[in-house]
Amino acid sequence: MTQASPIARVPRNSALDLAEMSLREVNQLLHDNSVGDFLIRNPRGAHALACGLDGDLNVTIDGHVGYYCAGMNKRAHVTVNGNAGTGLAENMMSGFVHVKGDASQSAGATGCGGLLVIDGNASARCGIALRGLDIVVKGSVGHMSAFMAQAGTIVVLGDAGDALGDSLYEAKLFVRGAVKSLGADCVQKAVRDEHKAALRKLLDAAGVGGDVDVAEFRRYGSARQLYHFHVDNAGQY
Amino acid sequence: MCGIVGLFLKNRSLESNLGRLTSLMLRELCDRGPDSAGFAVYGGETEGTTKICMVNRDGAVDWSATAKKLAAAIGADVAVERIEDHAILRTSGAGDTARKWLIDHVPAAYVLSQGQSIEIFKGVGDPAAIVDRLDLERRSGTHAIGHTRMATESAVTVAGSHPFSTGDDTCLVHNGSLSNHNRLREQLVRHGERFQTDNDSEVAAAYLASRMRQGDTLEQALENGLKDLDGFYTFVVGTRDGFAVIRDPVACKPAVIAETDDWVAMASEYRAIAPLPGVEHAEMWEPAPATVYAWSHAA
Repeated sequence: MTQASPIARVPRNSALDLAEMSLREVNQLLHDNSVGDFLIRNPRGAHALACGLDGDLNVTIDGHVGYYCAGMNKRAHVTVNGNAGTGLAENMMSGFVHVKGDASQSAGATGCGGLLVIDGNASARCGIALRGLDIVVKGSVGHMSAFMAQAGTIVVLGDAGDALGDSLYEAKLFVRGAVKSLGADCVQKAVRDEHKAALRKLLDAAGVGGDVDVAEFRRYGSARQLYHFHVDNAGQY
Repeated sequence: MCGIVGLFLKNRSLESNLGRLTSLMLRELCDRGPDSAGFAVYGGETEGTTKICMVNRDGAVDWSATAKKLAAAIGADVAVERIEDHAILRTSGAGDTARKWLIDHVPAAYVLSQGQSIEIFKGVGDPAAIVDRLDLERRSGTHAIGHTRMATESAVTVAGSHPFSTGDDTCLVHNGSLSNHNRLREQLVRHGERFQTDNDSEVAAAYLASRMRQGDTLEQALENGLKDLDGFYTFVVGTRDGFAVIRDPVACKPAVIAETDDWVAMASEYRAIAPLPGVEHAEMWEPAPATVYAWSHAA
């Protein structure tokens, strides 16, 4: 059942230093390579770092990054040894993005596939408009997380802020801690064996040890009252 | 979009570096607010002296003549220090009375601030050039807040630049926009507040100053603001003793806070904090919505 954690992959570390290279040069170099291991130093909050990667790359960023890090990522493994700003891994398609600190708002927004792991907290609107990406947050998530999320899974080991899953479509939400409030049309649902198995698989992939018991999580999903047209509401249009 | 920064020194031996560190922070946020900039520096107090900062609105102002007329009007000595298109008037007279007289009688200039500690400087254009021209790097003090502006709510003028100050040693920088500022301005005018612009952020500054004059602490004023100010905001509010940070309940406008044993820094983005000494050991977090974070030397 347990699959090898992507975190275990060790990069060879061809170092790129943003104190010596421009952001554009670093991103271009990453785009020009379909394979390889890269260590990026001195990110100092730069925006759009390691954005638009499309290859079997291992990219480790040593420090805090700014907005949109690893956006649109395909196949690549991106690790941030620090915090990430707004829009981390926005519209990610596949691959693996791992932030060892906290992430700011809209982490994983509109993500289509792959796995995003945040070791710390994610703030507001984590997984907004999610479309298939799986997100594991080891800390807590802020308000309006999973807003209008269509597909994919969000796992939160800590707490969730106000209005979790507002106007939710078919994304699956698992929260271990407290949920401050649920958004419109988001309800708690029974955790069946298939959900536990899927959750265990995701936790393993995220490097979360067996000491975290899947039985501690509650599952939330759509009540499906909001997104289907209901004839009784015809007069509202 | 705008860029805001705040720096509060816990270690007083850093005070001579306040301007240099604040300028490093502001320079990182030029692209968040390329049309104008400003900063407030707290420090350099002299017992019994009020400082009034002013800037030319258009053309030259005869500051010596202005000081003489002001001195006669308020019955107290007034000294002038000129800095580029700014002037700092120092007086032992009442600051409120002096400010009102200056607004009414010196139409060629704006009053930027008054207080024992605060000095505000502003300009239009590239923030880095403003920081250089007004020599922020050489300023010392206990704490500073700054702003780079991308105008949305009113004209790009020196008066429309932040920080806004309407009360003694109080000022505010704002990233966001308020939607109920016109009605609130009317109410505040009825209560005797004086405005110099159509800017929404000036209304927020006046609102907070007004609340504090009625007895609110800064924290209480900001909490009342959560009910009375409708719109998007991240504010940093400076007072004589420190500063506070608050974000509206929706918290769209970014903010990050970092703290070490030596300083507390707030900025729209981490990249403005990255140049500070010892940042690698800082505790860092994103301020939660509708929550006041405050630091003070008075405590």
